[in-house]
Amino acid sequence: MGPQADFSQDNVGGAVTLRFTGSLSLSCLKDFPDRLRAFPGKVERLDLSDIQRIDTVGAWLIHRFALEHGAQIDGLKPDYAHLLEQVAKADQQVAIRPDAQSPLVRVLGEIGAATTVAFHTMYGLLAFFGGACVAFFNVLTHPRRFRLNATVQRFEVVGVSALGIIGLMSFLIGIVIAQQGSVQLRQFGAEIFTINLIGRLTLRELGVLMTAIMVAGRSGSAFAAQIGTMKLTEEIDAMRTIGVSPMEALVLPRVLAVVLMMPLLGFYSGLIGIFGGGLLCWVSLDIPPVTFIQRLREVVPITDLYVGLIKAPVFGAIIGLAGCFQGMQVESDAEQVGKRTTAAVVQAIFLVIVLDAFFAVFFTWVGWG
Amino acid sequence: MGFESIISVRGLRNSFGEQVVHEHLDLEVRRGEILGVVGGSGTGKSVLMRSIIGLQVPDEGSVTVFGESTLDRNDQDVIAIRRRWGVLFQGGALFSTLTVAENVQVPLREFYRELDHALLDEIAAYKVVMTGLPADAGPKYPAELSGGMRKRAGLARALALDPELLFLDEPTAGLDPIGAAAFDELTLSLQQTMGLTVFLITHDLDTLYTICDRVAVMADQRVIAVGTIKELLALDHPWIQDYFNGPRGRAATASVESADARAAARAEPGTSN
Repeated sequence: MGPQADFSQDNVGGAVTLRFTGSLSLSCLKDFPDRLRAFPGKVERLDLSDIQRIDTVGAWLIHRFALEHGAQIDGLKPDYAHLLEQVAKADQQVAIRPDAQSPLVRVLGEIGAATTVAFHTMYGLLAFFGGACVAFFNVLTHPRRFRLNATVQRFEVVGVSALGIIGLMSFLIGIVIAQQGSVQLRQFGAEIFTINLIGRLTLRELGVLMTAIMVAGRSGSAFAAQIGTMKLTEEIDAMRTIGVSPMEALVLPRVLAVVLMMPLLGFYSGLIGIFGGGLLCWVSLDIPPVTFIQRLREVVPITDLYVGLIKAPVFGAIIGLAGCFQGMQVESDAEQVGKRTTAAVVQAIFLVIVLDAFFAVFFTWVGWG
Repeated sequence: MGFESIISVRGLRNSFGEQVVHEHLDLEVRRGEILGVVGGSGTGKSVLMRSIIGLQVPDEGSVTVFGESTLDRNDQDVIAIRRRWGVLFQGGALFSTLTVAENVQVPLREFYRELDHALLDEIAAYKVVMTGLPADAGPKYPAELSGGMRKRAGLARALALDPELLFLDEPTAGLDPIGAAAFDELTLSLQQTMGLTVFLITHDLDTLYTICDRVAVMADQRVIAVGTIKELLALDHPWIQDYFNGPRGRAATASVESADARAAARAEPGTSN
């Protein structure tokens, strides 16, 4: 700190001189730059013999002012003169931000870029799927290269640790279906059909779908972040150099773990959903559990369970592949890890829902509707 | 001694769980000097720097910067001290979502809200050029820069507030010899121009020989010696002897001595050709 930077005007024989006082340093400037900029008229001399201190910001202000007015600088101590000289040397045109484009061009550019990125991503994902398949067959023909430990460890992370949250979610969804269904069906006096609703919906659609969304959020994002960070720290490059295929060491265990865990989690989710729905039926519709189960066996065809169990591993593969693929796309900086993680989850959920629609059409077509 | 000390560390103790990093550590940094801090890997050079700048709270001891204690102070006081120093972290630690020039503006915007945009842009511009970056580096993002340029950009940000004290954590690590020598020269010229005090952690013997006024050696959980390289060489500590008299140390000494000899020869016109 020091006294505030200031200046006063002096007329010596018609030539205007500005006499600077105080400390021309960043912390003592206050409104000094504005007053200096607003100074009217022509100045011929800048007298700096009374200043206490000057830093590069002060030197810059003096340099710029002298340049604008063509004024001469006097009375500077040698140290400060050196500073001013260095600052003057650094006077170059430097852009602060990349050039701004016109909005129309920018919007068009962004649309174009997004389209190419979308196609590239689909292409890349397909190539990645191919790569994963090749790695899978390599492992099948050379079973010793299969990483059992890594895969089993993923079982725990993807499957066992998810039991709590998926159970809670499914239980609540079962209750919601039963409650909403009974309210609507009561208008027709058909509360008993609530059981059809619970049984068929949880086993066929919601159990697996909600599980897939939860797994995409829990594990798909984790895959992308883990692999992305490993990419940043060059661990993946190191693996390749040593001769370990990242596809076999990182991607395959993860994808396999989700593929195998998804049917189990989906089945579990369906059961807990039915349990939740049954509980609500018992409590609010006075349908005792025995009747509930009996009715369930009558109205829910076993094919509903098959539909759910067939879809689950496919969804799992999509989640695993999207997560690992996006992780592998990370380059250069930490921000990308965040972006790619988001992309992994969004892509996985989107593809799962699209595929679910196709499955619905397909299973109706084969007569499992 | 007649020197004004800018940083004063007394009886510092740092530990992580069982592992004690510093014990009874004392250090003085004088105004206007470039102090090099050396020591084997894991002797706590970075931890010492982090303790001084307040990123690590020591178990015991006192840390005084600019004559004011930095420990157990309220946030306002610490911020007032903090804006008088600049720190260059090892990797540059630039904010990746901002351009180089915007990175330089961050401390200015934070502490001097009254500055108008035009002046902020001008300040960022000359700081970028002063640290030896090309003018077209201003609008680039950190990911687009090479390691050496990132360090220079980090230095530009460290110098944004015109600090009196500069902390450099291994500024020449990972740079090629030409880049490292250029960075040394830049540090020295900025130190002379702006009257800086520099606290410099390094492994680079050339940096120690060419720009450091004094060198502090860390070993056995404390600073075992501080002095010019000549003074340190006179000491009989095995690590110091190994460090400065190892093959690399001798090479650095030889190159500095031959440079001195050339300079002496130039100074005497009769012997030069």
